Amino acid sequence: MAAFILACSVIFLLQFFISYCRSLIAASVREPLSQEVQEVTGMTRAATEEEFARVVQLLQLCPERPEERGEISLIRAYFRILGVIRSTLARIIPSVERWASAERGQCTHFVAVVLGRRIAFSRNLFAQQMSG
Amino acid sequence: MPGLFGYIVWIVSCLLEAGVVVCAVKKKALRPYLFLNLYMAAELFASVSRYNILHQYGLSSLQYRYFYYYSDALLTIFLYLALTSLFSSVFSEMHAEKLVKFGAVFLLCATAAFSYAVVYQSQARLLTHFVNELSQNLYFVGLVLTYVLWAAVLKLRETRTRLIQLILSLGVYFSLFAASYALGNLYPSADSVLQFLPPLYGCFLPAAWAYAFWRIPEDARLAPSRLAVIR
Repeated sequence: MAAFILACSVIFLLQFFISYCRSLIAASVREPLSQEVQEVTGMTRAATEEEFARVVQLLQLCPERPEERGEISLIRAYFRILGVIRSTLARIIPSVERWASAERGQCTHFVAVVLGRRIAFSRNLFAQQMSG
Repeated sequence: MPGLFGYIVWIVSCLLEAGVVVCAVKKKALRPYLFLNLYMAAELFASVSRYNILHQYGLSSLQYRYFYYYSDALLTIFLYLALTSLFSSVFSEMHAEKLVKFGAVFLLCATAAFSYAVVYQSQARLLTHFVNELSQNLYFVGLVLTYVLWAAVLKLRETRTRLIQLILSLGVYFSLFAASYALGNLYPSADSVLQFLPPLYGCFLPAAWAYAFWRIPEDARLAPSRLAVIR
């Protein structure tokens, strides 16, 4: 009984976790990247998974907004899990590889949108300091 | 006594649990999600009580163990009620609340009876074993019910983003706990390692719910078919 519960729980966990992360990303997918972010990241077309690490590095250079800390950690974990899925499951089911790459691209887009918000936040902070 | 890590996790989870209720009050989500908030308040109360008993009797005392497992079983039942309220919310337009409540009470009693029947066969340490078995089975039934609820969300094309996030995070939480209890039952010798995990991922649910109440407006909408892993 316990072995059956364990196997089912792991399968359900993967499904719920992926759907939850997608629900976090969903709102940002429709949000276009600002001109500033495109210039800073060099992203002119749809975001790709290869750009993820670079965008995260840029993100870490900007002052952090506390409410985004959890989101970013979760999306980074999701990005890694997708990597694991791609290097294991995709060898058996080839269509998974395309899906995982597209998902990782959306993770990059999400992080780029957050980068745009952080740039705007820093600019506001700077403007407030200058006026004060 | 738990180490520094244990205390940090305990403080963080208490703050997050209180944070859920505060966020719900601030965003006027207390009444629409009353049972979810009641569960969080009960979690906070249980956490503070556990801390008191831990300091009075110690980590390895019988009193602490009994209190821990019994309060956990009670909290699972509370969470079960919270899940039922989410069912009612999703099925509200179909006016099927009474049927949902009857089904939930029936399943709860059936799970308790099944757990008792399983444990009755091994008379040694009947009560503690029963509570452990009941928790594992309740978490699993909760997980299956959350999956059914998620399927209903997809089928009925429920679009409320906040409700969707509350359900999905509950699914993650139930899966983690069901897996953890099942692992504990499969490998009792690994209990010393596994006991650190539940408090850690116990932080996930309050964090996700606080986020949903604070950051997601009630009128935010989302196409659930975009989130499904299997279409």
